Amino acid sequence: MPGYILKRLIIAAFTMVAVLTVVFFAFRLGGADPVAIMLPPEATPKDARILTEKFGLDKPLVTQYTNFMKNAATGDFGKSFRYNEPAFRVLFERFPASLQLGLVAFFFALIVGLGVGITSAVKPGSLIDRFGRVFALGGMSIPTFWVGIMLILLFGVTLRWLPVAGRGTALHYLMPAFCMSLYPIALITRLSRSAMLDALKSEYVLMARIKGVPEFMVVMLHGFKNASIPVVTVIFSVFGALIIGSVVVETIFSWPGIGRLVIESFFTRDYPVVQVFVLFVSFLVVSLNLVVDIVYAYIDPRIRYQ
Amino acid sequence: MTTITDVITGQKIKPHKIGVGIPWLGLACLTLFFFTVLFADVIAPHDPFEGDLLNITLPPAWEEDGNSSYLLGTDMLGRDVLSRLIHGSRISLLISVGCIAFYGSIGVILGLFSGFSGGRTDMIIMRLADFWLSLPAIIVLFILAAVNGPSAKTIILTIGIMGWPNYARIVRGECLSLKQRDFVRLARLAGCSNGRIMFSHIFPNIINSIIILATIEIGGIIVLTATMSFLGLGAQPPSCDWGLMLAEGRQYITYAWWLVTFPGLAIVIAVLGFNLTGDWLRELLDPKQKLR
Repeated sequence: MPGYILKRLIIAAFTMVAVLTVVFFAFRLGGADPVAIMLPPEATPKDARILTEKFGLDKPLVTQYTNFMKNAATGDFGKSFRYNEPAFRVLFERFPASLQLGLVAFFFALIVGLGVGITSAVKPGSLIDRFGRVFALGGMSIPTFWVGIMLILLFGVTLRWLPVAGRGTALHYLMPAFCMSLYPIALITRLSRSAMLDALKSEYVLMARIKGVPEFMVVMLHGFKNASIPVVTVIFSVFGALIIGSVVVETIFSWPGIGRLVIESFFTRDYPVVQVFVLFVSFLVVSLNLVVDIVYAYIDPRIRYQ
Repeated sequence: MTTITDVITGQKIKPHKIGVGIPWLGLACLTLFFFTVLFADVIAPHDPFEGDLLNITLPPAWEEDGNSSYLLGTDMLGRDVLSRLIHGSRISLLISVGCIAFYGSIGVILGLFSGFSGGRTDMIIMRLADFWLSLPAIIVLFILAAVNGPSAKTIILTIGIMGWPNYARIVRGECLSLKQRDFVRLARLAGCSNGRIMFSHIFPNIINSIIILATIEIGGIIVLTATMSFLGLGAQPPSCDWGLMLAEGRQYITYAWWLVTFPGLAIVIAVLGFNLTGDWLRELLDPKQKLR
């Protein structure tokens, strides 16, 4: 097992290096001249030259690249044009807000999704099953941002029950977290239902029933434990959905998180912040990959011996 | 047909009839959608891009101030909402088909190579696919939008690059099972090169799955492109993309509710049509449910 973890760690490190490289070249070769963006219109060519030297943009690409990687290793990702502070700090200040919202949405989605999915599989054709399937279909067919806007229209504008913007009381969390969780709920419900259905048809479940194991134990111990492997896979999709969900939901509900930050930064051409966002999310994804791989090996002993 | 009772658990099992349960709602939505795509120019009452500035933000026709020639109201520039919705269906379809064509090709080719070659190639491509799947598309979108500028083409490029793993996986799976079949072995005996076997023998047999997968995926792509346009990273004004309409209408939410309600409904109808029909097709043609 330790060898497996070490191998995974090395792969993760290499992946991060690859991502950093790709991001570096993408932003540099994009033709968006950072100096031109930063300077006011009345700047002279001399000002442009001073700025170019200051940022080391006149050095050969290789030198720029090594500087970039060196800085990245120490956590220096450049300065935000807009806030005149280190870009990473700007991002990290707003991260807790997004994290809180994301976690609330995630756990809500997990509980509802797993609950409905498993019950759906155990009692096919029941009311919960039918309702669950309709809800899952709806979650995938109805765009999150529309639900958000409609909720604002209903609960904020017409009924005036819930606050529509900002972050503060528990009520502020209600609509944004609910919106963010819709798509994940659909994913988790669908997947856990089909995984459970498969697991329940298997031979070991039949064996357990013949042995006389109480039905609850059969479902949870034998059924769910084996169904949880594909469920762990869906965590990736859920995470991706949460990232894009956070950008959308934070924009709609004016939630002070990194999703809203990156959209604003993009449209005010504050590219260092956009770059840091991309790198940060990539880092989260790579870490998640690593954790999920290790969890996999723990759940399914067959994988450890690869 | 009789209902069997499972002896051990006591649950009643109804036999599953294949081919019944035609998705009327899904087919109705799809028909509506394709009808508007095909006949947009004919059925749209007004020009979607020309606004009558004397008639801005009119409510839908059934409301008090409504005008019956603007059935669903007008937006902030006086453009007819209904006409914009109708033309928007074309944009949605075009973008989605563009994306699927893009990543479908990549996915099928990679999947064929992966499944057919096996061994190292297979492992590398599948690992890459796993990793690719975990990357949120929005990251690539930001990079590409920063480089290329936000536009409908940027969306097609982004989704086109991001979406291949699903296709590759499914194609690979089919390839693996088809490899063992007699006709492939006979083709090899006859001296066919690898490429010829892949494209002339295996590929025609997987077209079925490819089409089904496309139907299932297109719904999600429509929602994704609408989301990206909503954020401002996709189709730009004065396009009548539904996501863009929602973004523009959002500022007027307190007194012009129709500007945000109807584009959203359009998206829901289109996507429901594809999802319901796709699910039904999949159940119909692929009883082993490999395409979960």
